[in-house]
Amino acid sequence: MIQVEWFYWLIGLFFLLVGVLVARDRTNPRRVTSGVFWALLGLCFPYSSFVVAKTLPAWPLGLTIVVIAAIAGTGRLAKSGSATQATVDGDVEGADLDRDATGSERFGRGLRSHRTDPDTGSGTGGSGPGVSGSEGGVGVLTQITRQREAFAERFGNKLFIPVLTIPILTALCATLGPKIKIGGQPLFHVGSETVIGLAAAGLIAIPIGMYLFRQKTPAIALTQGRRLTEDLGWALVLPQLLSVLGLVFATAGVGKAIGTTVSKVLPDGSLLPAVILYCLGMAIFTVIMGNAFAAFPVMTAAIGYPVLVAAMGGNPPVIFAIGMLSGYCGTLCTPMAANFNIVPVALLELKSNYAVIRQQIPTAIPLLVANIVLMYVIAF
Amino acid sequence: MLVLLGILVVVVGFALRLNPMLVVTVAGLVTGFLGGMTPLAILNAFGTGFAGSRSVSIFLLVLPVIGMVEYFGLQEQARRLVSRLSTLTTGKILAGYFLVRQATAAIGLLSIGGHAQTVRPLVAPMAEAAAVRKYGTLPEPVSQRIRAFSASTDNVGAFFGEDIFVAVGAVLLITSFVDTTYGYTLQPLQVALWAIPTAIVALLIHGTRSLLMDRSLRRQMAGFQNVTGEVAR
Repeated sequence: MIQVEWFYWLIGLFFLLVGVLVARDRTNPRRVTSGVFWALLGLCFPYSSFVVAKTLPAWPLGLTIVVIAAIAGTGRLAKSGSATQATVDGDVEGADLDRDATGSERFGRGLRSHRTDPDTGSGTGGSGPGVSGSEGGVGVLTQITRQREAFAERFGNKLFIPVLTIPILTALCATLGPKIKIGGQPLFHVGSETVIGLAAAGLIAIPIGMYLFRQKTPAIALTQGRRLTEDLGWALVLPQLLSVLGLVFATAGVGKAIGTTVSKVLPDGSLLPAVILYCLGMAIFTVIMGNAFAAFPVMTAAIGYPVLVAAMGGNPPVIFAIGMLSGYCGTLCTPMAANFNIVPVALLELKSNYAVIRQQIPTAIPLLVANIVLMYVIAF
Repeated sequence: MLVLLGILVVVVGFALRLNPMLVVTVAGLVTGFLGGMTPLAILNAFGTGFAGSRSVSIFLLVLPVIGMVEYFGLQEQARRLVSRLSTLTTGKILAGYFLVRQATAAIGLLSIGGHAQTVRPLVAPMAEAAAVRKYGTLPEPVSQRIRAFSASTDNVGAFFGEDIFVAVGAVLLITSFVDTTYGYTLQPLQVALWAIPTAIVALLIHGTRSLLMDRSLRRQMAGFQNVTGEVAR
């Protein structure tokens, strides 16, 4: 039976590897603290397995999270210069023969070794005449673009195959996965079919890409994976840290405090204000918590059930479904929903942390109004 | 009531544009202390919260192959493809992806799309390329806006499609919460059914906004061309 934990261990291993490489990478202005950040994060993933299984205490993990957050929060996490430049390579002609050798070298040492010593790579075809130490930042970037265009010319629409493999395999695992049984045991860990599907699809697509682009080793995938990981930086950890905050909020009774406050402001006996308060409260509480799932029990216990359903006789499934979707309007507007609103900022290299949210607010507000109207009209 | 100060930390921290990692950690520690949790209990909550939320980080395993394909020119090929299909405009690409995203999420295929899997490698470069074909090199605010809007189509499509599917987390959370708390026996299908009206409104609003991107880009580009024209004069 395939366990989702295997993939978490693999993620941990990858972060550990990134940590070791970053710590040794002299192009990183803060290589020691950055290396510690990634390595500690790597250790958190396998350790979490024991926390979930309740065989090891959770507090050492919690302490490590605080340390990681402190490193990133005080600006001690930096990107390696080699990670951003690792895309530059020599001439395209010899690329497919010698890529594996140079690729693994770059993964280990970074491009700097090529740049300072042009002779190192020329023997293996890694550092061609196109790149030399004299080329500055802009030269490197045009070099990257030119090289990628040449590759695109050569591989054409084959480039889409590995990318499209991911959704297709994920969809297959999600739909057929739960039905596959081997020796009476389900093949995938029950309830984690989609997560496993996405992880497995990402991994299976690597050898497909290696075959299509004639690579003997996954070195390029690893180098580029490291580059993207370093580009994402702390944005990669923020979604999980926000889940942590949600749990602390819940344990410390923030939800209850908000619930009592909200039920106090509610005017008696009028329907429309109660509907507005429930929907708006869901949205605002979701903005604060970053998660509609955390807001739903609180707001439903404060207004949704006692006022709208029990006192005013609203239709329960309509109230609850539209209430939750009002929370989603809040999710569109908050940096606290980091995996939706902050991770893409890093992935798409956007300048402002709020760039995605800014595009979503003009949809979220009319949609929230529509939810209020729909609930008022359909549920009563 | 004191525990609400933790929220204040978050609001002030984000408003001052401090590092989000720092803001969130401090808010967690402050809330824990004010809520009367012992330091050990707070650290335990931090650990449990992290361990229980690892699935949001699973997309990391997609990054190596995406990076590899990008190395071999995926984004460039996406642009080449778009430049050959002259009927594709930025607005049509965004609206098309939005529609596919919402429809697939509605039948439970939530994780086939996403910012790492589809938006970065495909949607954003194609949407940008369609604008480049029309206007040439884009000023930075324009390209940033197209990329950010690409991310928004993924979010809106996923959020307001997924609740139509009965086996999704949100629907099951609703039924399990109200069933155990208030003694109902709600069917997930009933809840999922009433997610449809909102889904249709979301489709209309965000679909229209996607299609209107073409017009709004034309206006934005005209503004930029006026400015540069004046400078040249």
